Amino acid sequence: MRLMRSTAAPSPPVGDRRISRLFFLLALPVLLALAGCAGEHPQSTINPHSDFAEIIHSLYVSIFWWTMLILAVVWILLTWVVVKYRRKSEDEQPRQIRGHLGLEIGWTVGPALIVIAIAIPSIQAVFATQRPVSEDAMEVHVTGHQFWWEFHYPEQGITTANELWLPVDRPVNLRLHSNDVIHSFWVPKLGGKRDLNPVPAVREGQERRYNWLYFTPLETGVFMGQCAEFCGQSHALMMKRVVVATEEGFQEWIDRWFRSEGADFPTEAPLESAGNPLDDRAAVAGSLSANGGGDDAPVAADLARDGGPEAGLNGYGSSADPAVYRTASATFGQDAPGATAAAGLHSEDPLVTRGREVFLGSTCIACHAVQGTSAQGVIGPNLTLFGTRYTLGAGIMENNLENLIRWIQDPMGIKPAVAMPGVDYPGGNWPATGLSDEEVEAVAAYLLSLK
Amino acid sequence: MSTIGLETPVGREATAHHEEDTGFWSWITTVDHKRIAIMYFVAATAFFFIAGLKALVIRAQLMFPEQTLITPELYNQFFTMHGTTMIFLVAMPMAVAFFNYLVPLQIGARDVAFPRLNALAFWIFLFGGIYLNSSFLVGAAPHASWVGYATLTSPEFSPGQNTNFWLIGLSILGIASIMGGVNFITTIINMRAPGMKLMRMPLFTWMTLVTSFLLITAIPVIGVALIYLGFDRLFGTVFFQPAGGGDPVLWQHLFWIFGHPEVYILILPAFGVISDIIPTFSKKPLFGYPIVVYAGILIGFIGWGVWSHHMFTVGLGPIADSFFVAATMIIAIPTGVKIFNWLATMWGGSLKFTTAMLFCVGLLAVFTVGGLSGIMHASAPVNLQQHDSYFVVAHFHYVIVGGAMMGLWAGLYYWFPKVRGRFLDETLGKWHFWTTMIGFNLTFFPMHFAGLFGMPRRIFTYSAELNVDIYNQLSTVGAFIFGISSVIMVWNIVKSWRSGEPAPANPWGAPHLEWATPSPPHHYNFPRIPTVRSREPLWHKQERDEILAVTMPDPEEEPLMPNPSYWPIVLAAAITLSWALVMTGIWWVIALGILPVILATFMWAFEPAFPEGHGH
Repeated sequence: MRLMRSTAAPSPPVGDRRISRLFFLLALPVLLALAGCAGEHPQSTINPHSDFAEIIHSLYVSIFWWTMLILAVVWILLTWVVVKYRRKSEDEQPRQIRGHLGLEIGWTVGPALIVIAIAIPSIQAVFATQRPVSEDAMEVHVTGHQFWWEFHYPEQGITTANELWLPVDRPVNLRLHSNDVIHSFWVPKLGGKRDLNPVPAVREGQERRYNWLYFTPLETGVFMGQCAEFCGQSHALMMKRVVVATEEGFQEWIDRWFRSEGADFPTEAPLESAGNPLDDRAAVAGSLSANGGGDDAPVAADLARDGGPEAGLNGYGSSADPAVYRTASATFGQDAPGATAAAGLHSEDPLVTRGREVFLGSTCIACHAVQGTSAQGVIGPNLTLFGTRYTLGAGIMENNLENLIRWIQDPMGIKPAVAMPGVDYPGGNWPATGLSDEEVEAVAAYLLSLK
Repeated sequence: MSTIGLETPVGREATAHHEEDTGFWSWITTVDHKRIAIMYFVAATAFFFIAGLKALVIRAQLMFPEQTLITPELYNQFFTMHGTTMIFLVAMPMAVAFFNYLVPLQIGARDVAFPRLNALAFWIFLFGGIYLNSSFLVGAAPHASWVGYATLTSPEFSPGQNTNFWLIGLSILGIASIMGGVNFITTIINMRAPGMKLMRMPLFTWMTLVTSFLLITAIPVIGVALIYLGFDRLFGTVFFQPAGGGDPVLWQHLFWIFGHPEVYILILPAFGVISDIIPTFSKKPLFGYPIVVYAGILIGFIGWGVWSHHMFTVGLGPIADSFFVAATMIIAIPTGVKIFNWLATMWGGSLKFTTAMLFCVGLLAVFTVGGLSGIMHASAPVNLQQHDSYFVVAHFHYVIVGGAMMGLWAGLYYWFPKVRGRFLDETLGKWHFWTTMIGFNLTFFPMHFAGLFGMPRRIFTYSAELNVDIYNQLSTVGAFIFGISSVIMVWNIVKSWRSGEPAPANPWGAPHLEWATPSPPHHYNFPRIPTVRSREPLWHKQERDEILAVTMPDPEEEPLMPNPSYWPIVLAAAITLSWALVMTGIWWVIALGILPVILATFMWAFEPAFPEGHGH
């Protein structure tokens, strides 16, 4: 907020009320904006939490001050001439000056120097933010879909959706592409955006060109982001969360992923297919020799490593309904809202058992996968560890039983043009699921038990 | 040497030339650049209200988070058509209205080089605009944003006619723009009065020339892109379809190679307007005239080399990003030079704050804000945070409304007395100015904050969690105030058109040739063509007397002017129809649609341009 205050207009010289009024009016929106400039902004672009975001932010601050300098010069000069040279009598005959070479050179060279002072660090930052990737960087393949995000971890062999887990302090290299229209990956506190382009088909032997986004998260917390390239009807509802956990927390999440269900499933070696994420996912999902179901030991992902209000579940504290999200000190698996909402839902619960039966016997599994079960669909979001997610519908609502039931019944009513069918209408190429209310509730309970 | 020509002879009432026909059909068939200009202005103002109402609905929808006033689909249609209309049907034709009215008068010509082509361009623009907006009547308005990025426009993701309306509508409008550009270049280069050297032309005419070159070079680029897209959509090609090896990023390059010069097409006319107005109301010649001219030309040239600053998030790599950072930074310099020259023109002057001058000062104050936020996202890394956020929405409204539109409104108050022979009401004008300043700043300034706090653009709603409600509420309130200011403007125009205070030939004591004619001018502009000896011909006593002696008295015999013609409107209708039929995607229907175009062209070609017996 400190930064913002400086945008106020220069104080108008006293003496001319009409002109002061002009500048008061110019300054008014600034003052009003300042009045509202309080509270948490979970998608703030000026509150960096990664190396990438910090480079951008320090550059922005320096450019901001340069532009304020120019603005001050122009506004002060303008105020001066408007006040000083107001016509006092119609007979005035000002000197007819046609130009001045020295002045022209001055106000060409002066701004040119400022522009150079801005351009040099900008270009340095261009290279710094697109520098070669370090050895220990973790690669994640991000695929944009109308209207959700798919995150595939080739190293770990995991595919998840809408909530990206990252370990703190470890560089991550995101490989970005889209399967339909252009989307843009943007989590402002973790840095700038980059587009997810549909990658043109190539001839055999040629390499497909992907976009990459490389950064190191520097603080734990849950960071909010959303699609930043207009991608169709529900573009506004294509949000995401990035959960930056401690190294142990992240490892625990990975471990849980493989323990999540427990049914045996044929294993295959993970293979890096030629850029088709669908193939990737099928292969990877099938590669897991999962075992030991039902374990719901709390995960030691202490998100509140640094304690203060900025740490922990960043931004959630300011939610319209604070009860929706646990703040600080939330530990994964206990206080995650989905988990809380589904408290008591364990795999032994009859409702959960029933839900599992319904789910695996329904058309759900044509699109969705749950690790360790026969559900291996690759069209929609992978639902493994669904009960640990904070949000559903690509970050648009709290993940709880009530919302999930609504979602399963009527996804298109909540999110227009989504590809998922409802209980009584088709979606995309899929017929209506035709689930009864009881079945929907059971499926929801089952999904929330996945943690 | 520099006495001001306030005492120039009276207006039209004193002259006794024969009355022109002013009936309905005379407007339909007119080839008079001044009447065409008025029609451009009226049509552009009508479209301004259509697009403005959409903006108000958008603002109402965004006043509170998670509102459901309109459906996402309708919202997407509204913001798409708001942008498309404001740019192609408001800002551009509004500037063309000024080009049309002023260029022949400022250079001492009786009309543009191709009067019938001029009429044709207007009617094509009007029909193209109506065609584009008719998409709402069939519930299929364009919905893929004004930039129409592939692959959102491919048949798979935009089935139906929505995107066809958009690409065909823009193609039709492009034809009108190219015709206009050709016409003004030819007029300015060939039809200047004796002694009107290039470096004596009023700045407005200069900027018209630069803009016209941008029009004839930039519009064909989007024309190519639209034709590719049309083929993709209607005939199954894969220019932008990744599955077939096409590259969606190609669309972005083509669009922005057009799109960035387009920004200067919008802003340079306004720069021209205020470069003419500020000297008049400062009683001083434009400071650094040649520098201001060269800066305008330079902006036009460099404007061609900065398009990828719209594409920093596309992933072009650090080398390309650096080049476009540097080029974009460079273009800030001539823009800054212009601002300093305007300030220097006012410095030491005798400033009179008419409404026209207030709009010029307002432009300098707010356009600078837009220019400086532009410098922020000219820096590629910073752009990665601001691109496609409300920060950018704030930026370009500061540039296009705070620059282009404010300049044109200044021009409206300045030249209205010439057009009508009556002043616009100054009291209402000041109300218009102040409500515009309040409404405009209240609408768009808070958007900077909404953007910095992570609100993306083109979203039909936003999460309450973003905590940007207050900025959106301020914007909404501001938008409605801005709406009221536009109503005041129209009320002023209507009222003053009927009963405004009569204006003399040169009410402001302005220096240029258009003020050496009666208000309003004769349909032939000048009975005899004056000779010009300086940049401010009406500010030098002897030169002024010589010019007025030529331009003000009624001629023995009226100069010969071209015939009115029905064929421009008929041909325009035929061209619009032939393009609209492309929507069918059936080759023989499209082929048949070309027949009326050929027919109308033939009839046009064989119609004598001048009255019988005066054949040329």
